Amino acid sequence: MTSPLQQKIKITGPSVVTANRARDGAVIWRTAHQDWSTDLADAAVVSTVDTARALLAESAADDVGAVGPYIAPVTVDDSGAIEPGNLRELIRSTGVTIDIPATV
Amino acid sequence: MPLVKNATTIADPFVHLADDAELPLDGAVLVSAARFLQDPEALIGRNSPLGVIWPNNRPVDDLVPYLDRLAVVALVYPSFRDGRAHSQARLLRERHGYRGELRATGQILRDQFVFLLRNGFDAFEVKKDADAAAFAATAKRYSVFYQPSSDGRLSAWQRRLQARHSESAS
Amino acid sequence: MYAYDEIDRTLINERVAEFRDQVQRRLAGEITEDEFKMLRLMNGVYLQLHAYMFRVAIPYGTLSADQLRKLAHVARKYDRGYGHFTTRQNIQFNWIALADLPDALADLAEVGIHAMQTSGNCTRNITADQWAGVAPGEIEDPRIWAEIMRQYTTLHPEFSFLPRKFKFAITASDHDRAAIKIHDIGLRLRQNDAGVTGFEVLVGGGLGRTPFIGKVIKPFVPGRDILSYVEAILRVYNQYGRRDNIYKARIKILVHELGLEKFRDEVEEEFLQIGDGPLTLDDAMIEEIRSRFTYPAYAKLSDNPEELTKASADPGFAAWLANSVAPHKQQGYAIVTLSLKPVGAPPGDATAEQMDAIADLADRYSFGEIRVGHEQNLALPHVAKRDLPALWQALDRIGVATPNVNLITDIIACPGLDYCSLANARSIPIAQELTRRFSNETANLIGRLHINISGCINACGHHHVGHIGILGVEKNDEEFYQITIGGRADEGAVVGTLIGPAVPYDDVANVVEDIVEAYLALRQRPDELFIDAVKRLGVEPFKERVYATR
Repeated sequence: MTSPLQQKIKITGPSVVTANRARDGAVIWRTAHQDWSTDLADAAVVSTVDTARALLAESAADDVGAVGPYIAPVTVDDSGAIEPGNLRELIRSTGVTIDIPATV
Repeated sequence: MPLVKNATTIADPFVHLADDAELPLDGAVLVSAARFLQDPEALIGRNSPLGVIWPNNRPVDDLVPYLDRLAVVALVYPSFRDGRAHSQARLLRERHGYRGELRATGQILRDQFVFLLRNGFDAFEVKKDADAAAFAATAKRYSVFYQPSSDGRLSAWQRRLQARHSESAS
Repeated sequence: MYAYDEIDRTLINERVAEFRDQVQRRLAGEITEDEFKMLRLMNGVYLQLHAYMFRVAIPYGTLSADQLRKLAHVARKYDRGYGHFTTRQNIQFNWIALADLPDALADLAEVGIHAMQTSGNCTRNITADQWAGVAPGEIEDPRIWAEIMRQYTTLHPEFSFLPRKFKFAITASDHDRAAIKIHDIGLRLRQNDAGVTGFEVLVGGGLGRTPFIGKVIKPFVPGRDILSYVEAILRVYNQYGRRDNIYKARIKILVHELGLEKFRDEVEEEFLQIGDGPLTLDDAMIEEIRSRFTYPAYAKLSDNPEELTKASADPGFAAWLANSVAPHKQQGYAIVTLSLKPVGAPPGDATAEQMDAIADLADRYSFGEIRVGHEQNLALPHVAKRDLPALWQALDRIGVATPNVNLITDIIACPGLDYCSLANARSIPIAQELTRRFSNETANLIGRLHINISGCINACGHHHVGHIGILGVEKNDEEFYQITIGGRADEGAVVGTLIGPAVPYDDVANVVEDIVEAYLALRQRPDELFIDAVKRLGVEPFKERVYATR
């Protein structure tokens, strides 16, 4: 398996590093404080290949806490609000697009 | 790298000899298949125990003429996901009657000890000290097995038939 | 039902203990995710978009009422109150925490259920005809052989690290409900001219990126030799299957690249060496397994009970009876399919409440037994015909009596991009929209028509073999769908043909409507099925209809 650090990094705009939390699989984003958050709003946004690589390297070092970190696209509006950059990331951050069977 | 044999970690009595290293006059050595096949008789004729590291993409048939004179056959796991040497091990033990040391080398996890034992391995080059230390406990993890294999233990089917037989006899 | 003995129970419990230890080591950081990934996959644990997904095996699609209740319990206690039945007689839970998995497995082990080998590069759950043992005309119950095969493949020391996953399916009927031709090994139980029971053996079927229909490697292997023959196939595959490219690692590629003849020669040579060895099944061994299958004590009942005649005046009951109830080998009994495809719902999902209710109904009306089919529906296999009206009302109350079995709204779909980390596009909302487009009246007018939807090329939704197949792809961050027609998964299995360029998400249901309208206009008689019309006409007329205005 190619480690995420050996992969060629290509970013086209503002990006974040995201992964799943090891203990329960929850979607998490890397923050600017060497930590993870389950809220996209807390994510560190990077816009250059070098900063993205550094953020990914730091994230991948946490193999105990997080699974499969990768760089994902986001958009940032004028107020600074971060939105997912594609449908897959939208579904990861806001959940399934269907009604899940009635929960009790 | 720890070598586990008979469920304990031991010092490897074999020197791993590089292909370009000079052959020592005596002492147990472990050589690559390539070096072995260049001049098998010379290596076997040394009068010291000889082992061969056999890659997992070469048929073990090529090794058959020499089996009774080899002290070790080391089969290789280039990745813990690559199970080719499992077949080689069973073929050596079950089809070709190899009785010397069968050593697993490369990437193996403690979670694979049970499988390796069942396929006839009796020596394990283990990457992590903790895995070597856990060998005895891990090897005992399962007390029942469905299918017959190289370790000679009774399969579930044999046990059931025996149980049935003793029931009807009593 | 197969009754587990002490050996089966011990093995499952030892597996739970082993997995508990593996999870603890992962959570403590003693093993890397790369190492743990292989270990967790061998016990059915994936990491999906939002959470871990846990896949539990339902060997040969047979469940007891107690087992189904336990699945409901797991859904409720460790997940979000529902489960998803898959195309391979498994059930998946979508939201389970890693730390909870060992406890969930221990709970399941109490009723003899496990998740062994429901994923990973090993031999997977052995699937079978969901009507095994009750369908008229079977040579014998294929589940006896499926159970033998299950035991043989479970924790197999040599074949647990194969080049890629490996799937078996078994049937004993002429009509193939187990899709054996799209499995790595397909087994059809038959008798030879001398009256010996054995198998027609197919090899190299599979979908995914490179679909192949399985080929007959040997027309007859006697039952006593079947394990030796299967071992020969697996040993050839383990040694020679490609490991350099994950997309070329399935046995279908090895068979294709070597050619069937050469592959067969390799297998025969190996079989010659191991035949008459320890894997030979003598009659006592087969009998030992057979004796642990118990069958209901059927009563002598009428095939036309009064209750049935009376209830048939109700058009709702009559529609369900005509659609969801099939003949049973035993007079006075029927096989009842429970549709998990109500309008607007994710195909194959059942809530914990539904599972509990179905378990109770199975106890009351089906000798405590439930079946799971690859079409993602359930069945009650032993229902007295006189009980059908009462059962229908009970099923209707819990929403599993939609009379759409085998119709256009009985859709097979993978979880797609809503859940799956491999998906490129969503599957479930497409299925939901299609169930809204076609009323049950229209669906009946159309007749048998299978729509299969996959959210990516891995083809978990079996799109290649849908009468209409829908494959999600991604183009510039948007969901598009390729449409194939003419595929089928039964004894006449064939891969469908692409009709043209992919269409956007919003247009998929329109395209299906166009295809259906073309079929209704072109069919020779009302009983010419869609699949037969496509065979007669080819894809052209359908393609024309779909792309004329697009």
